[in-house]
Amino acid sequence: MSAILEARGLSKSFGAVIAAADINVSVARDSVVGLIGSNGAGKTTFINMVTGYMKPGAGTIRFEGHDITPLAPRRITQLGIARSFQVPQLFNSLAVRDNLLAAVGIVAAAASRWAHGAITRERAETVTDEMLGRFGLDAYRDKPAGVLPEGVRKLLDIAMALVVKPRILLLDEPTSGVSADEKFGIMDVVMSAVKSDRVTVLFVEHDMDIVNRYAQRVLAFYDGRIIADGAPGAVLKDDEVRKYVIGEELHVAR
Amino acid sequence: MTDHTLRVLLGVAALLLAGLPFMPQWLAFLITLALARGLVVLGLALLMRTGLVSFGQGLYYCLGAYAAALLDHAAGIHDAALMLLAALLIPVVVALVLGLLLASYRGIFFAMLSLAFSMIVFGLLIKTSSLGSSDGFNVATRSIFGITIADGYNGRVFMAATAILSVIAAGALHRYLNSHLGRLSAAIRDNELRVEYLGASVRNVVHLNYVIAAALGGIGGGLTALAVGHIDPDMAYWTTSGEFVFVAVLSGTGSVLAPFFGSVIFEAIRTLANQYAPNIWQMTLGITMLAIIMFLPAGLWALFRRKARAA
Repeated sequence: MSAILEARGLSKSFGAVIAAADINVSVARDSVVGLIGSNGAGKTTFINMVTGYMKPGAGTIRFEGHDITPLAPRRITQLGIARSFQVPQLFNSLAVRDNLLAAVGIVAAAASRWAHGAITRERAETVTDEMLGRFGLDAYRDKPAGVLPEGVRKLLDIAMALVVKPRILLLDEPTSGVSADEKFGIMDVVMSAVKSDRVTVLFVEHDMDIVNRYAQRVLAFYDGRIIADGAPGAVLKDDEVRKYVIGEELHVAR
Repeated sequence: MTDHTLRVLLGVAALLLAGLPFMPQWLAFLITLALARGLVVLGLALLMRTGLVSFGQGLYYCLGAYAAALLDHAAGIHDAALMLLAALLIPVVVALVLGLLLASYRGIFFAMLSLAFSMIVFGLLIKTSSLGSSDGFNVATRSIFGITIADGYNGRVFMAATAILSVIAAGALHRYLNSHLGRLSAAIRDNELRVEYLGASVRNVVHLNYVIAAALGGIGGGLTALAVGHIDPDMAYWTTSGEFVFVAVLSGTGSVLAPFFGSVIFEAIRTLANQYAPNIWQMTLGITMLAIIMFLPAGLWALFRRKARAA
């Protein structure tokens, strides 16, 4: 499979804290990659660098062969990389449906199609209602986004990211702050939505059951470095991952 | 909910134009000033919808007035249409340049920077004796679109021009706000980060809205210059900008009609307070503002919203 995203020699530090140290990753098209690691390991920094939220101190990021390292977030989004956030970024004063409607409108405006009338109000409403159905948000359509349960806010955040019709979707802790019962439900909805659109997914996750079930490949971060890279089964059994990521006590036989 | 904005706009304008021949001069003058200032507040309301408060909208009000007046003063052009064109273009050019800087700022920094620019212009005008320093100078208008205005009809002609321009500006802004691009303004106020990550440029939208607000400010200033027949640097002074913010808060930003409504109410309160309580007219305005903030935080326009919802 061809690489859709390539990071070479990525480094980033905040004063004395090293958030990324010479990260080299190649992500295959249509794959689902789980990013694991303890807090401060560098997972979110990696996502932030890929999506232009912060610039790496050194290294390059290539998306479909194009160097996107110096680009602004909106340019990276326009090229086909979308993201969700640890804290959902919604239009809190608007209802759920209006959030999606606004997102469709913004994407249309950003693409300048509005001027030619390619996306009419009716078309925008059709796309919005379709998204509401796909993400199971119909029941909340008229509720203000600011008062929704966290799981619904996460879903709405991801749905808004998918309005862009990205080729890569980066999800920053899509199930954090959500009850254990809801986690698999959220991931099922998201995965079925991205599968039909053939979107490559990278997701940051702390729940190893989620990682095991949905990721085809796992990158384990520790201290700004990738300490393990491979299939979930193999990575989750790795000694360093068990010690630094999962937090197990290792008893080495002498 | 059906949107009647354009119909109301046209209806009110038609009513004003129909009543013009029977209107006393003082009322026509008062309505002209209220509508002209309503145009400036309309621009300010657009910025407020984007989450920005400008304490320097007097800059464009003043630039529009001086641009129009200078055609008469320096070039001997007395045609109202050309003077208003200058009142539109000069502020737009200035806003295009200043907007490059201001579009990067938010909150108090945007407010203070916009105020600083208007005070710089105020300071320059005060020191320029060729433009009348603090006294300013008179403006003479003799024709509109080449047609000579008969003596004694200036006030009515300017009121008609102001009403027509107000309808065009408010109608165009209403359409803009309901386009995908226009709806970005409210989205930016709510969450800039999400807007950027949907692929839109927050900076460009802020810059565009700033230029539109400047254009409206300039036209408002130009119309005021024609109606009053005199301009002075006080138009760029911070208290003038403060008055526009006052009217914007008084009226609310819920509709393009609100700034005109608020502006008429403001002029009425000021005129009545001046007449019946000349020593405490500022206090009257202050009490009005206090009441609005306490009981109608979304401005007077919220009353119409409530009524529409109840119906």
